[in-house]
Amino acid sequence: MEGGLRRISETSFKALPSMSCNSTRNNDPDQQGGRFNSMDQSCFSRPDQSFPAFSPLFGVQSSSLYLPDEKIGNQFEPNSSLNNPAVDWDPQTMLTNLSFLEQKIKQVKDIVQSMSSRESQVAGGCSEVQAKQQLVTADLTCIIIQLISTAGSLLPSMKNPLLSSNPAVRHLSNTLGSPMGFGFSCNQQPSTNNEATIPEITKTPDYEELMNSLNTTTPDESDEPMKCQNPCGGEGSEPIPMEDHDVKESDDGGEGENLPPGSYVVLQLDKEEILAPHTHFCLICGKGFKRDANLRMHMRGHGDEYKTPAALAKPSKDSSSEPAPVTRYSCPYVGCKRNKEHKKFQPLKTILCVKNHYKRSHCDKSYTCSRCNTKKFSVIADLKTHEKHCGRDKWLCSCGTTFSRKDKLFGHVALFQGHTPALPMDDVKVTGALDQPQDSEAMNAVGSIGYNFPGSSSDDIPNLDMKMADDARYFSSLSFDPCFGGLDDFTRPGFDISENPFSFMPS
Amino acid sequence: MATPTQHHKRRRLSPALHDVADELLFLILDRVAADDPRALKSFALASRACHAAEARHRRLLRAFRADLLPAALARYPTVPRLDLSLCPRVTDASLAALSTAPSVSAVDLSRSRGFGAAGLTALVAACPNLTDLDLSNGLDFTDAGAAEVAKARRLQRLSLSRCKQLTDMGLGCIAVGCPDLRELSLKWCIGVTHMGLDLLALKCKKLKILDLSYTMIVKNCFPAIMKLQNLEVLILVGCNGIDDDALDSLDQECSKSLQVLDMSNSYNVTHVGVLSVVNAMPNLLELNLSYCCPVTPSMSSSFKMIHKLQTLKLDGCQFMPDGLKSIGKSCVSLRELSLSKCSGVTDTYLSFAVSRLKNLLKLDITCCRKITDVSLAAITSSCPSLISLRMESCSLVSSEGMHLIGKHCSHLEELDLTDNDLDDECLKALSGCRKLSSLKIGICLRISDEGLNHISKSCSDLREIDLYRSGGISDVGVTHIAQGCPMLESINLSYCTKITDRSLRSLSKCIKLNTLEIRGCPMVSSAGLSEIATGCRLLSKLDIKKCFEINDLGMIFLSQFSHSLRQVLTLSSVNVIIAIPCFTIVLITY
Repeated sequence: MEGGLRRISETSFKALPSMSCNSTRNNDPDQQGGRFNSMDQSCFSRPDQSFPAFSPLFGVQSSSLYLPDEKIGNQFEPNSSLNNPAVDWDPQTMLTNLSFLEQKIKQVKDIVQSMSSRESQVAGGCSEVQAKQQLVTADLTCIIIQLISTAGSLLPSMKNPLLSSNPAVRHLSNTLGSPMGFGFSCNQQPSTNNEATIPEITKTPDYEELMNSLNTTTPDESDEPMKCQNPCGGEGSEPIPMEDHDVKESDDGGEGENLPPGSYVVLQLDKEEILAPHTHFCLICGKGFKRDANLRMHMRGHGDEYKTPAALAKPSKDSSSEPAPVTRYSCPYVGCKRNKEHKKFQPLKTILCVKNHYKRSHCDKSYTCSRCNTKKFSVIADLKTHEKHCGRDKWLCSCGTTFSRKDKLFGHVALFQGHTPALPMDDVKVTGALDQPQDSEAMNAVGSIGYNFPGSSSDDIPNLDMKMADDARYFSSLSFDPCFGGLDDFTRPGFDISENPFSFMPS
Repeated sequence: MATPTQHHKRRRLSPALHDVADELLFLILDRVAADDPRALKSFALASRACHAAEARHRRLLRAFRADLLPAALARYPTVPRLDLSLCPRVTDASLAALSTAPSVSAVDLSRSRGFGAAGLTALVAACPNLTDLDLSNGLDFTDAGAAEVAKARRLQRLSLSRCKQLTDMGLGCIAVGCPDLRELSLKWCIGVTHMGLDLLALKCKKLKILDLSYTMIVKNCFPAIMKLQNLEVLILVGCNGIDDDALDSLDQECSKSLQVLDMSNSYNVTHVGVLSVVNAMPNLLELNLSYCCPVTPSMSSSFKMIHKLQTLKLDGCQFMPDGLKSIGKSCVSLRELSLSKCSGVTDTYLSFAVSRLKNLLKLDITCCRKITDVSLAAITSSCPSLISLRMESCSLVSSEGMHLIGKHCSHLEELDLTDNDLDDECLKALSGCRKLSSLKIGICLRISDEGLNHISKSCSDLREIDLYRSGGISDVGVTHIAQGCPMLESINLSYCTKITDRSLRSLSKCIKLNTLEIRGCPMVSSAGLSEIATGCRLLSKLDIKKCFEINDLGMIFLSQFSHSLRQVLTLSSVNVIIAIPCFTIVLITY
């Protein structure tokens, strides 16, 4: 199984360079790994071929593939001869392409024939058959790509078909289960590999011409992975139907024409890509990551070669490359205002906006607030934000109505007779709980003092005296400012006065 | 234990007391208390009936200890006012211990700390007829407390000054809960915004007095305030959020009820804003624009739109040329004019102004240093009915000018001539002011005992005399005053270095004396102080700083006799201070 898969992957990828460099297929199994890489490399170095946008596409992919430089270099050596000088657009090229297509179709035919013949003989070779099927799929994909690119080379908007080819390839690689998982980078930054190609691209007059005419070239390079359709179905699923591409193509073209020149480029991601949890995958173990930095950190565990500063460095923008045009995004949901087909289309600014918008507007709200059990959210960050405020900091009326804003509460209170602003219950409870024990204690304390006061019961003089003493000591006897009181508690040195109200009292 | 005979005697007296109507009895008690407050205590001790009568007579309970309030309220079941300002700490527990006191309608907690919302709950529950509540300086007062206060539905007067934690929520609770509110002070309640005021204006339509000093109110608060149809007094001291733009939003004649407006220290108001105010409030009686803005002629002529204006305070304002002149033209009905510390007040303008203000009763020209005898001649000739004249530090006015005061203003009751060129001849002339009750002649170095003799002979109603740093006077003069003015309540003899214990001995005959300042009199000793202590039982404020002859002995006398003493300013050389009753505030200044 493993070997078969590898072989298929190899062939499928090999088809591309062979197409581009117009060479015959090299089917040597010993050079599979090298070939794969060489294909990559060759694409970079020959962007001016019959499908110039193709190489950047791969450039992006390779960046997320995370291939260490040394490895690439090593494996690339034997196949360096494959790199051809740039070929100009001419009927000759077209012819060679078409002949390649013929070859390719023949090849596929052979495989299918062999499969049908084997099927009758060996029933148990299930894995073998599967591998063959995938091989066929891959080859068909190549044929399609080649066909489209060949046809597209005659048109000004020839790049879009190429874009669609990418997911097919990636899909293949996924189904093959090879260790080199293809990440589709969602960040806008072009990878180092990709950037390296750009200067070369710009050297060729044809490419420049294309760029000028299309005004979308550079961003497309970096965003191609995002644009790609990802039919992440089961194994052996068909590549994207042609009419889908056509729609997209026309969409993009129309958008570009309608826009004011140089304002922005509109990109549209696919639903599955928007909802994909991970966008970066480890080549070795297949683990997915949301961020490329996390992937780089992860890769360190796979060997020392991933720990070099170059390998750990963030793929940074090359200053020499021309500044990328402003890019905006479209929601894939048709009819949405954020969809580029909408009359009053309002583009989304970043990938994150696209993700949040799509989840909020076109997805089920699967996260429910655990506090109120009523509010639902489709973005988990929204839920967290809500939970921070849920049930708290509410402006509360005495009638039980809650308001999110103070002025709304005051408007409500002003409107209804008898309603009054109410304070949050927990605050009141806290203070009440604190005060309650004190109060009861105080009650007891005062009760135990047990002063007897006139007017209540007794009439005898001593009681009166005692009361008077209290009276004098603890509150003034006057209703105006100059108040005074007796001072029995203090020692009186020497001069006791006759005015003392208690001096005449019998004791 | 009382002996049987004493007991019998009391029994016999009581029925007679019952025959006297309470109203009559209270009148008698009022008179008795006015002469000697301690008499009430003696009366209460006479018999049980007297005791009960005294309990009924009492209007105010000023407690020293909050925890014994229940006992006090039991002793005085009909007392309407409860003053806890002498209890620095009132706990929730002591308030919770209150039993129902339906008689209590006013509670003062303005100087008390330590109680929270729970205590207020208890207080409001215990006093169902509470109409007057002072919670000023309640730095711990929160919205929760306000929600409890709001349960006192009969509340008419509420002071929440310096309750800085109060927000719109608390104010909203009060507004909804106390619809009868007539007087509300929100001074320094910086958490209050227009939302709370909106609700207040909507719910408390009877509000008459509103104090919003030093709050953060801005333009959008004015519509709410102007909605109060019964508002008479609005105090907006130091509201820097108010500017011309805010005042410009006031509609023409939007508040016809407003009578008093205090906008002093509002630095962002100019004459444009004042014009808006004048247009908006045509029925003002009193306007205070002290320390606001320069007074221009256009501004002061706009005052004529307030026909009834009686009081105008422009302290500390800068007068533009002719600004004061147009006040004379436009504010003919003015009765009180305050121009203290104004710059730009000159003889020409002031003479012109006062010549038009025939109804003037009170004039304050303190520190108007440019005016001379010309102004004084104009004042005395055109305002003969003046009852109050304050002209401290008008240094260009000569003694001839002072003569005129005595000659013409015979109705004067209050005269402040501090720091002026005053001599005995002037005092002799001033003896024509027979109604004088307050005379301040500090820092008049030329006056002597003879001058005081003239005053003492004619001004028998004198209650307050200030002789601060009048170095010429001695014991003789003070004795004259003490003998001639038996109603004397306050005397300042600070830095009159010649006075001795003899002065104090003579002053001890003024039994109403409650304020005595003898700071820096080195010849006064403890013996003199003991005379004061035994004679002036109402003494509440005493300044004996830098009286180095006064020692512990004098303080002991004070502690024994001066039970009303609230404040003593003394020096660290005196050791015994503590022996003064517990309610006395003793300030030790070093």
